[in-house]
Amino acid sequence: MAGEVDNPSFLLTTLEKGVSWTRTRSMWPATFGLACCAIEMMATGAAHHDLARFGMEVFRASPRQADLMVVAGRLSQKMAPVLRQVYDQMAEPKWVISMGACASTGGMFNNYALVQGVDEIVPVDIYVPGCPPGPQSLMHGILTLQDKIMAGEIRRSTGLV
Amino acid sequence: MSETPHNVEGDTEAPVLEPPIQAADEGLDAVERRRAHDIWVAGTEEPDWVAGSTDEGAQELLPRDIDPAVEVQRGLVVDDDYLEEPTVIEDERQIINMGPQHPATHGVLRLHMELEGETVRRVKPIIGYLHTGMEKTAETLSYMQGSTNVTRMDYLSPLNNELCYSLVVEQLLGVEIPPRAQAIRVLMTELNRIASHLIWVATFGMDIGALSMMIYGFREREAILAFFEKVTGLRMNHNYIRPGGVAADLPAGWEEDVEEALDIVRAGLTDYEDLLNGNPIFLDRTQGVGIITPEEAQAYGATGPIARAAGVNFDLRKAFPYSGIEQYEFDVPLGKYGDTHDRYLVRMEEIRQSMRIVEQILETMPPGDYRTEDRKVTPPPRKRIDESMEALIHHFKIFSEGFKVPPGEAYQAVESPRGELGMYLVAKGGSKPWRLHVRTPSFATVQALPVMMTDLIIPDVIATLASLDPVLGDVDR
Repeated sequence: MAGEVDNPSFLLTTLEKGVSWTRTRSMWPATFGLACCAIEMMATGAAHHDLARFGMEVFRASPRQADLMVVAGRLSQKMAPVLRQVYDQMAEPKWVISMGACASTGGMFNNYALVQGVDEIVPVDIYVPGCPPGPQSLMHGILTLQDKIMAGEIRRSTGLV
Repeated sequence: MSETPHNVEGDTEAPVLEPPIQAADEGLDAVERRRAHDIWVAGTEEPDWVAGSTDEGAQELLPRDIDPAVEVQRGLVVDDDYLEEPTVIEDERQIINMGPQHPATHGVLRLHMELEGETVRRVKPIIGYLHTGMEKTAETLSYMQGSTNVTRMDYLSPLNNELCYSLVVEQLLGVEIPPRAQAIRVLMTELNRIASHLIWVATFGMDIGALSMMIYGFREREAILAFFEKVTGLRMNHNYIRPGGVAADLPAGWEEDVEEALDIVRAGLTDYEDLLNGNPIFLDRTQGVGIITPEEAQAYGATGPIARAAGVNFDLRKAFPYSGIEQYEFDVPLGKYGDTHDRYLVRMEEIRQSMRIVEQILETMPPGDYRTEDRKVTPPPRKRIDESMEALIHHFKIFSEGFKVPPGEAYQAVESPRGELGMYLVAKGGSKPWRLHVRTPSFATVQALPVMMTDLIIPDVIATLASLDPVLGDVDR
């Protein structure tokens, strides 16, 4: 012990890096399952793929406890106001992953019923392609989001300034 | 009580609705005005403004504040007609909304519950939050592309949807499906039934508090999905069963893969039953909860495990066999009380019976072609295109224009994991359906919700809803 006190080791980092790191390591997603992609999102969180490895398995039913919204599935015109309300209820800082073709662009359903991309409703950080994206794709999306958070500023305003 | 907006018989004081104001229309030309107000009654001659209208422009959100009716349709306003009931004491009842964003509603179902304390006196299911316009989309896709559309309807049993669509198209086409293709179809749909029921037992367990079931159910399902991925290339939304046969033959060594998957599922089933069957909490939460009588089930059109748990002996695989399923031996499990626990038992037994069918297919899989040889319906093998001009033309016609289906109407129903999935197709001779109506099992089940849920307490409502296994993509489509 005495030797360690004589020669103490220390760690240097910036506040930004430290804060970003803590944010990426315990990101709680809100459950916003809509359609097919929701099943794959559940599969990602379940046994075989085990999202817990990234500290993200705690799906919160209440948006007030969540930092990440995974919009999993096609968004209808009728559901759009609900999505926005859930997003508004989430506390800052918050991020959005648009999972799957329908959430990103409307997918194969270019018709009267669907919103052609959730980025018309909420600001989206990561688009995960696929119909539906497999668990590996979603995990890649989440890891990409973690990289994005690490590279970005800690003061971040989403959507509304 | 405030004034009722409804017209009562003999009530001369009721306000007369003003005709809509025409002035706003004056700037429009004749065609635009018709487009804004006219509706085209299906079956009559197509008016000329229909041809010019497209689905483009769907990108913009519906403008707010158009019409109160639109607000109701979009779910912002709920008609509180319970207040007009004289027996209700207003202070003692409250309305609680469950959903559409709720972890226990299995998607985006919204339940409008009238509570007295914790007792649910009335339930109104409000649907439409996942309306995707698939029946309309089906009219814009060729018959060949159509299965990509229907497979996304009930996303827990995509192969059953594809099978139903393919069968109804083939009914009008009149093509012969080779026995191997039929056996592959039955194999895939029965495996899909197992996968769907596994998800059901996982989410059902999760909703009533047996959280480990969520992990177990998805674990075993992965074994089946791995096989699906090997055969079709995708874990879900396969587009594998198509009019004329299936998209590709089974890969080499598929028997071992299926056997391995079945072994995993069989071991899993034992685990589930060890965990749940004698569990007093599980029994307490399920027995006698959410009862529906056989008469009610039939009156509301509930089919599948819900009706069978109530004792209605109706399975389309026995009643109206399709795709050669009559040659396999299996039993139809029936419940006695029609409660949540019976629905659990029926589904567990259905997994076993589906495994029985799959085992029989493993032994009797006929050799031969995996799709029809009719080159007007299925594309020729790649090699033939280099050798034969005719094959090249067939290939080009199928992938540019699509094959044509003779005019006519047909209905076909299959037993999906949720019940009777039926499709009604009207063809007018082109390469696209003129109309495709889908009779989805979850839709009928959800309308029977109030029967099962009335006078239950809130936790039992969750258990009942979970036991019905509604897929909202199937309800709203």
